Amino acid sequence: MGCRGACWAKMAAMRKALPQRLVGLKFLRAVSTPSMGALPKRVKIVEVGPRDGLQNEKDVVPTPVKIKLIDMLSEAGLSVIEATSFVSPKWVPQMADHTEVLKGIQKFPGINYPVLVPNLKGFEAAVAAGAKEVAVFGAASELFMKKNINCSIEESFQRFDAVLKAARSASISVRGYVSCALGCPYEGKISPAKVAEVTKKLYSMGCYEISLGDTTGVGTPGIMKDMLSAVMQEVPPAALAVHCHDTYGQALANTLMALQMGVSVVDSSVAGLGGCPYAQGASGNLATEDLVYMLEGLGIHTGVNLQKLLEAGNFICQALNRKTGSKVAQATCKL
Amino acid sequence: MGNVPSAVKHCLSYQQLLREHLWIGDSVAGALDPAQETSQSSGLPAFVKIVEVGPRDGLQNEKVIVPTDIKIEFINRLSQTGLSVIEVTSFVSSRWVPQMADHTEVMKGIHQYPGVRYPVLTPNLQGFQRAVAAGATEISVFGAASESFSKKNINCSIEESMGKFEEVVKSARHMNIPARGYVSCALGCPYEGSITPQKVTEVSKRLYGMGCYEISLGDTIGVGTPGSMKRMLESVMKEIPPGALAVHCHDTYGQALANILTALQMGINVVDSAVSGLGGCPYAKGASGNVATEDLIYMLNGLGLNTGVNLHKVMEAGDFICKAVNKTTNSKVARASFNA
Repeated sequence: MGCRGACWAKMAAMRKALPQRLVGLKFLRAVSTPSMGALPKRVKIVEVGPRDGLQNEKDVVPTPVKIKLIDMLSEAGLSVIEATSFVSPKWVPQMADHTEVLKGIQKFPGINYPVLVPNLKGFEAAVAAGAKEVAVFGAASELFMKKNINCSIEESFQRFDAVLKAARSASISVRGYVSCALGCPYEGKISPAKVAEVTKKLYSMGCYEISLGDTTGVGTPGIMKDMLSAVMQEVPPAALAVHCHDTYGQALANTLMALQMGVSVVDSSVAGLGGCPYAQGASGNLATEDLVYMLEGLGIHTGVNLQKLLEAGNFICQALNRKTGSKVAQATCKL
Repeated sequence: MGNVPSAVKHCLSYQQLLREHLWIGDSVAGALDPAQETSQSSGLPAFVKIVEVGPRDGLQNEKVIVPTDIKIEFINRLSQTGLSVIEVTSFVSSRWVPQMADHTEVMKGIHQYPGVRYPVLTPNLQGFQRAVAAGATEISVFGAASESFSKKNINCSIEESMGKFEEVVKSARHMNIPARGYVSCALGCPYEGSITPQKVTEVSKRLYGMGCYEISLGDTIGVGTPGSMKRMLESVMKEIPPGALAVHCHDTYGQALANILTALQMGINVVDSAVSGLGGCPYAKGASGNVATEDLIYMLNGLGLNTGVNLHKVMEAGDFICKAVNKTTNSKVARASFNA
């Protein structure tokens, strides 16, 4: 037995002597990678920092700061920037200045500035303020729906139906959101079938795109895959987006899985703005900078200028007096 | 949206959430639970070995010098979490790495639990001999896929370093001591920029050929993305079986878990990580360091992959060391869980 053979024999003997737990050292059976499908060549990033991000920040941000943030994001090359939410200031004080913000921002050609509307009243206020695109917020969990907007999933569909009808008449596009797509802070596990059912309903009501949200960031890539498999049987991939929160550090991995499954629209928030109302001290949205870094590394076109994006993130963090939630920003800022 | 304070009151406690979502707790050896079946049909490995590098790679990059007794207590706590490999210290000159000056005391002071391995870094024969004298039963050697990095880090070329490692690995084999090989800068170098997959393969092959049982491919400055990870692994796996490979991802640009997922999809089933995401990055001031073991376990548990590690106990060890070095954890799971 040559030197190499003796070495192998010794290693084999050592492995036998080691406890069962180290069974992973055995050579694996051939692993197929069915989920490593071709990645999209372009990804549309929907920037939700000014809305979802700021909504979850404790300090109320002055209107001029919000406007400047949105203008800086427009200059960074993002093609969709969710500007604000036409909800009652009683519920979401941060968004009380929705009309001033929508009227005050520079509306760059080629960029969409959707706003959230919970009902017909909010929709009408949004249109009066100049909105050209709106979004409605559904959920895959009855309990979450009840606690969040005080109605059942079915009742919420009735409210949205009114909005969608009015939007159609006014030629205004509507995006649908499905919260708790990978888990609910009240119900725990959410079945992919339920997510598919709610998504299908919103799509058939006229939403051009449905954003599937991991609201509390509990999802992992396998759960993302199962959920998307179920949803894609009802709604084409091109009409889907993912909206991952990074509460447990899983957002980018979950987003990668979604891209592998054929999704090409991803929501994110500059500087990873926003905490999580369900886990005090936890982080919030996936940071746009970190998402862009990954997509650029993968050779996927986004149209975003990372440098300008970093500047926008830096601006808002200084205004909020908080550290960035983006690791790319953390690595590139010399502090 | 909605009334936040009452929402928090009624929501599931984090323990309940973890239990229901993540199949937390001691894994049952042998029994194939439904989650594992899912992972096998998805093409992912059923079992993933985690190599905990917090006490070495993690602490090495922390500014505050941690007292020896704290290091020992930290390692002892990690030994009780189910981790099967814990990299303990580094037998380098204290002139270069003051944090590791107490290598002998740490090696002698820890409680060596049965079934847990405690590798140590040994840069040369002298370090190896000291390590053995102190009771080490497994060692690691640290190569690089970049000439500039090798020169600046250990003051010699890749070829010269291979010569030194050959001596160490040969001596180790004579004494039945397994040797693990590291390849730094596998996805990019702070000095040279991009690194070709071919270079990584060449260095990995050298280390494997001289007798290293496992090669850990390190994204030293965290610049890699799933695409560069895939290309690098495709090249290396032409020469070395996946079962002998590991990935060591730094989270400097937030890419670590996405890169690790890619590696798992390609058949890798050994992953290095550091509890609490300890360690900064000496090449990017203020940046984060290693991928956090807690966040890695969370993902693996969610994927239905068996690790043998108890997440709660790891979080407790992380909490201990963070208090000791007086810094907040870099683990998002820990942040979300301890404050809930």
